[in-house]
Amino acid sequence: MNNRTFYNEILTEHNRYPAHKHSMELPDFSLEGVNPSCGDDIVLNLKVENGIITDGSYEGSGCAISQASADMMLDLVIGKDVKEAQELADIFMRMIKETVTDEELERLEEASSLQDISHMPSRVKCAVLGWRTLNEIIDKNIS
Amino acid sequence: MTDIEVRKLFPLLNQDIAYLDSAATAQKPQCVMDAVAEFYTRYNANPMRGLYELSLSATDSYEQARQKTADFVHAKQSCEIIFTRNATESLNLVASSFCERFVSEGDEILVATSEHHSNFLPWKKYAKLHGAVVRYLDCTQEGLYTAEMLKNALTPKTKIFTIAQISNVFGRVNPIQEFAEICHEMGTMICVDGSQSVPHIAVNVQELDVDFFAFSGHKLYAPMGIGALYGKKNLLEEMPPFLQGGEMIDYVSKEKTIFAELPQKFEAGTVSAGDAWGLKSAIEFVESIGFDEIERRELHLTEYAMKQMQEIPHVNIVGDKLPENHHGILTFTIDEVHPHDIAEIFASENVCIRAGHHCAQPLHILLGIPSTVRASLAFYNTDEDIDRFISVLKKIRSQMGYE
Repeated sequence: MNNRTFYNEILTEHNRYPAHKHSMELPDFSLEGVNPSCGDDIVLNLKVENGIITDGSYEGSGCAISQASADMMLDLVIGKDVKEAQELADIFMRMIKETVTDEELERLEEASSLQDISHMPSRVKCAVLGWRTLNEIIDKNIS
Repeated sequence: MTDIEVRKLFPLLNQDIAYLDSAATAQKPQCVMDAVAEFYTRYNANPMRGLYELSLSATDSYEQARQKTADFVHAKQSCEIIFTRNATESLNLVASSFCERFVSEGDEILVATSEHHSNFLPWKKYAKLHGAVVRYLDCTQEGLYTAEMLKNALTPKTKIFTIAQISNVFGRVNPIQEFAEICHEMGTMICVDGSQSVPHIAVNVQELDVDFFAFSGHKLYAPMGIGALYGKKNLLEEMPPFLQGGEMIDYVSKEKTIFAELPQKFEAGTVSAGDAWGLKSAIEFVESIGFDEIERRELHLTEYAMKQMQEIPHVNIVGDKLPENHHGILTFTIDEVHPHDIAEIFASENVCIRAGHHCAQPLHILLGIPSTVRASLAFYNTDEDIDRFISVLKKIRSQMGYE
């Protein structure tokens, strides 16, 4: 695994200049996600109206992979309905397990740049932290 | 010794890696691997059970290993050495048996905050079980503990103080002999975790006057699965067994149990005699190199690495500024880059270092750093290993998109 390709510009830019890393006033849903292996700790905030994710943010700290992945995820799911967000989460999880088609991969847009994480077993938990937390919010509260 | 002579002794190192994680576990010299094979080829039977020749030779080799270990740390008698799986088991043994015998309601146990979880959690557990309180001795940001700090923390209720001789994060040697004297004046016992010290400096438990001293074999070039606990005979004799089972008794009936004498009292079940034979070989190996040579090589490498690290912007070394206070342990952070991303970049260049809290989370909380990166050296490392480490270290921030 060559890091020159893995820690690419997409990842480092999302880590350094995240668009969605900030607090949120009165979110509809807020949930903490923790990955003890890297000490990643985020709180994911969502606003949902009529089944559509209208806004989202995350706060917290962690490694570049966990932070950038959460940021890319929010880029992707804001504006989409909850069902589609679930589909995307499912695709992301399957991308890690390498059971994903090229068409599905395209739907992940920038988040597909994390595909090679499947070869880095110790970092999978970092990459899926945001997605796992999103799934939990949806499973517990919305679907 | 030249680098080439040293590297020849460690087959695993003859590949394209820079192994800088020896504080986690050391690589093994060929002679240790040969010794383990020799035990199973020539002496294997269950030690202390059979009356036949082979079992006697298994017992004999196991006891030779004990004698070697006792001599290595300068124990007065070999029965003061209990073989365990590792330092963690040794420390669990002391915490359990010492507390059962000597600790009761309202007593205190003093634990150094920089301790590895293995010298932290057992004391918490058994203190609670016996109604005692665990108190903590904090160090400075540089990892320094002073006599003054210890004197202020001890009370007439403190039954035991526990601290590592060398912390696995700072690499600084604590003044154990002085601490033991202070403790004993107060009627407090002292337990020392020697896991990070025995591979790097000569240890004399009688001179240090410690009551207990625990260490692992695997950090000392021995196989995984063998460790030791030194304890003063009079204390060990009074303490109850840790595990119960075979070969730790003199007599068992439905009504009555008489435990075996030291050291068998603390070694229930079939022991890891092959690994003990490997430990004996590892100690002989270390003695053949000599601590003068080990310390000379390790200090040179530590100086060589630290000097360059100190010149790289945004790299912060944890602990003291002086290389002689590190013993090959170089814990650091890089501004704005998470330790696991740092470790990942090192890994991609086959440089083996460790990231995380190094099983010393309370210390990281005290220092106000969630996690760190640690490169740790042994005498088998070379300037080339350090060069490789430094060249990766220099480019990490730029690889993560920082100037």
